[in-house]
Amino acid sequence: MSTDTIEQTVASAKQSGRKMIELVGMNKWYGNFQVLKDIDLTVYEGERIVVCGPSGSGKSTMIRCINQLEIHQEGNVIVNGKAYGKDEKQNDLIRRDIGMVFQSFNLFPHLSVLENCTMAQIWVKETPKAEAEAVAMHFLERVRIPEQALKYPLQLSGGQQQRVAIARALCMNPKIMLFDEPTSALDPEMINEVLEAMIELAKSGMTMIVVTHEMNFARKVADRVIFMDQGEIVEQAPPHEFFDNPRYDRTQLFLSQILHH
Amino acid sequence: MSDSTTTTKTQPLIFQPKPERAAPPSTVGVIGWMRENLFSSVSNTLMTIVGAYIVYTFLSAVLGWAVFNAVWQAEDRRECLDLVGRSGACWPGVIQWFDNLIYGLYPKDQLWRINFGFLALILWVAPLWIKRVQSKVAIGITAVMLYPFLASYFFLGGEKGIIWTVLISAGLTGLIWVWLTTFTEIRSGKSFTRTMGEMLGASGKSEEEQLKFGRLSLIGVFAISMLLVSQWELSFVSTRQWGGLFLTLVISGIGITFSMPSGILLALGRRSTMPLIRLLCTGFIELFRSVPLITILFMFNTMLPLFLPVGVEVNQLLRAIVAVCLFAAAYMAEVIRGGLQAIPKGQYEAAAAMGLGYWQATALIIMPQALKIMIPTIVGNFIGLFKDTTLVSIIGLFDLLNMARSVGEDSRWLGLFIEPFFFITLIYFFFCFLMSQYSINLERKLEAGARR
Repeated sequence: MSTDTIEQTVASAKQSGRKMIELVGMNKWYGNFQVLKDIDLTVYEGERIVVCGPSGSGKSTMIRCINQLEIHQEGNVIVNGKAYGKDEKQNDLIRRDIGMVFQSFNLFPHLSVLENCTMAQIWVKETPKAEAEAVAMHFLERVRIPEQALKYPLQLSGGQQQRVAIARALCMNPKIMLFDEPTSALDPEMINEVLEAMIELAKSGMTMIVVTHEMNFARKVADRVIFMDQGEIVEQAPPHEFFDNPRYDRTQLFLSQILHH
Repeated sequence: MSDSTTTTKTQPLIFQPKPERAAPPSTVGVIGWMRENLFSSVSNTLMTIVGAYIVYTFLSAVLGWAVFNAVWQAEDRRECLDLVGRSGACWPGVIQWFDNLIYGLYPKDQLWRINFGFLALILWVAPLWIKRVQSKVAIGITAVMLYPFLASYFFLGGEKGIIWTVLISAGLTGLIWVWLTTFTEIRSGKSFTRTMGEMLGASGKSEEEQLKFGRLSLIGVFAISMLLVSQWELSFVSTRQWGGLFLTLVISGIGITFSMPSGILLALGRRSTMPLIRLLCTGFIELFRSVPLITILFMFNTMLPLFLPVGVEVNQLLRAIVAVCLFAAAYMAEVIRGGLQAIPKGQYEAAAAMGLGYWQATALIIMPQALKIMIPTIVGNFIGLFKDTTLVSIIGLFDLLNMARSVGEDSRWLGLFIEPFFFITLIYFFFCFLMSQYSINLERKLEAGARR
């Protein structure tokens, strides 16, 4: 892949400097247990962020707060200039700018691949069916599985299912894509096909937040790597700095554990 | 590997498959099957012989009584007994009571109305089995929403005010629309309203406008059915005269139809995040599930009138139907809740992340999966409900069971109980078997699409 293009888009993104996501003093508790502590994070348009950290560190919870699958109790979540609030209709509109890909794919098993991709277009955006199908086929081609359009999710391999999930999210034309450990449930030989689809997406200038342990992906694609532990953002830095010169002992320990096993 | 280098150097051996031989004759065909399944060992052979003997004695006894020794023509039970004693069935009693077993005490010259009512239902839902018909959802919904008006006029008849006339006309409009749209969809793949829109607003109008014209044509159909309905005069038949299989089908049909939507709503309510709704739904379900249906029927039959203001009288059949409906809804709610429980949380999350709202996610993503899992249990519930309607005989309604019992109380057929019960057993078996076969069929059809 050409690293040139990525660096160019990074540069342009940073020049435009438009804030896509702002998390301001966000706190969240499950009962009495605090999962997120004073999270402050700003993501600019076109930026690609990789979030890593040990399990239970709150990385999934944090990105799930961004589209309000989890509700935070304190602080603000501002997406594309608009903050979530009490008005559910407004919240739904904010959410429409965000696509999400899950660890366990979560495709709808009773619908064909094509229907998976058109369902929300037809019912949420009220796109005519023919147009929705054209959009769906466009994105299925981009993730390189147009020939599977009429199959059902359970007839596909894990890697194919995850690529359908990416296409399905893209069909809603989101401005931001969230990935919650997209390759963790995959067999090793299928990880690459999903990562390639994500790299392709990164090249197109999409704002992305990726929770993953694929450190090579982070090195290649990320503009910034964030390390979380015990509900806090411990450290954030560009990938080369993060991997070669981590500042905190906790980060060093984590990296030594996942890189040298 | 060191082996591979040596083998690649030598000339490869050529593999020649052996020709296929026919299987030994004792292992295939009927004889092979019997050998394997019936006579594979001494004990199995013994079991087969004993089993065959049991089946033979049972069938010969039943068939001997019901067919070979049976009396088919007689004036009364005395004559039957004189002819064959108790060794053969006395069918003339059942034959004479046949109309009553099927239609109850409905006036003889009006029986066609019941037949027409059920024929209308069959006509209404028949297009659902035609492949090329697209508006199946609409047909299903109109069948549930509009057919009851048409049917209730067929069955009940009598005076109709303006409101009733409108409702009945809506019913008739529905039936006519179903077949018009079926025809146009079979012929051109376009729904009736679209076809009419193209015909009426043909010259260069947008699709939206054409559809508007198409919908106008539905009003035309409504006007015609209004005209027809206002000319109709059907005499009033009190529900006291309803009975037999007809009554059983009415009660269980309404119960089954009602139990689905209300069960779905109750199940959703029980899983709601709103405490008040959850409390109400849970309370309702637990209350109706923990009381026997007989008790509920008695309550509605005897106690409800005490709570109503003086002069307000609710028809006895209606009371029974309401009781059956509420009971069925509570049970169905728990079945559907079971199905909802089986849907992984990720499905809700994916739907929410796609921007689908609660009702959209429920209707498009969650319910189709939950209902599919629960088809066997749901149909099992339907079958149970169909048979449970026999309990209305206890509060004095003459359903199929009660009708069968009254045959033996007729002075001419005094004591003739076994034959009518045998007959209604066949009827119950027919309907229940039909439902269970349909459910198996449906499962196979849905399974074929979504699994490997």
